[in-house]
Amino acid sequence: MRVGVVTFPGSLDDRDAARAVRVAGGEAVELWHGDADLHAVDAVVLPGGFSYGDYLRCGAIARFAPVMGPLVAAAEGGLPVLGICNGFQVLCESHLLPGALVRNDHLHFICRDQRLRIESTSTAWTSAYDEGQEIVVPLKNGEGGYVADEATLDRLEGEGRVVARYLELNPNGSRRDIAGISNARGNVVGLMPHPEHAVEPLTGPSTDGLGFFTSILKGLVEA
Amino acid sequence: MARVVVDVMLKPEILDPQGKAVEGALGRLGLAGVTSVRQGKSFALELDGEVDEARLAQIHELAGSLLSNPVIEDYVVREVTA
Repeated sequence: MRVGVVTFPGSLDDRDAARAVRVAGGEAVELWHGDADLHAVDAVVLPGGFSYGDYLRCGAIARFAPVMGPLVAAAEGGLPVLGICNGFQVLCESHLLPGALVRNDHLHFICRDQRLRIESTSTAWTSAYDEGQEIVVPLKNGEGGYVADEATLDRLEGEGRVVARYLELNPNGSRRDIAGISNARGNVVGLMPHPEHAVEPLTGPSTDGLGFFTSILKGLVEA
Repeated sequence: MARVVVDVMLKPEILDPQGKAVEGALGRLGLAGVTSVRQGKSFALELDGEVDEARLAQIHELAGSLLSNPVIEDYVVREVTA
């Protein structure tokens, strides 16, 4: 089970993402942004960070990196792709997911342990959870507010594509408390909080994040 | 109602990392011959009533203190007609 983790200039959670893949029992494969090749991986994680300094708009320049060519094509063909934080922004800029992420409504960078409810377990990245399961994982962002027009939000809700929702506190003004969404097929998931920082008790508030990474391994084994 | 726009740009001699990152992306995406990109800021001020000399002077003062840092940035104030 080879899970690629892309490193863009400015990525900073690529090592944690690779570690989470290994903790879950997979093989992490480093993918370089300038290499237009996915090296036959079975899934890809776009990690958090500040790709290309987040200049222009978050994820806007990363979306044109050479690795994104084959990645977008493969994602459209069913390859499981998880974008975390900056990776979520890259997926929206790439139009693999609808909507956009904007500056937090309170204007502050926020870093906290965030309670979430898993709303959909029918994606490639959430099958290890129970529907409605509540988890706690770290969240850290300055531009984490999910926005889309009302029709798109209604469609996401109607099609069960809201993957996770913020509980107790909406940390960034995200519409309808949305923390993560998926594409129609369920193979592409974008998530603002960081499950890769919650896979070991020593370094995280919980090990609740591990399910994202075991889901994909479970799915690949069954495939 | 009047509108005044304040454009703020880094001075030419100050490195603009945002502009450089965009410049690099434009080149990689095949737009040849772009020798420089500078990314600036634009403030659109909506005002009640007319823009008289006194208000314009006040905007100039704030453009040079709050909206820009004259050590590293230049600004231009322009009135926009609706």
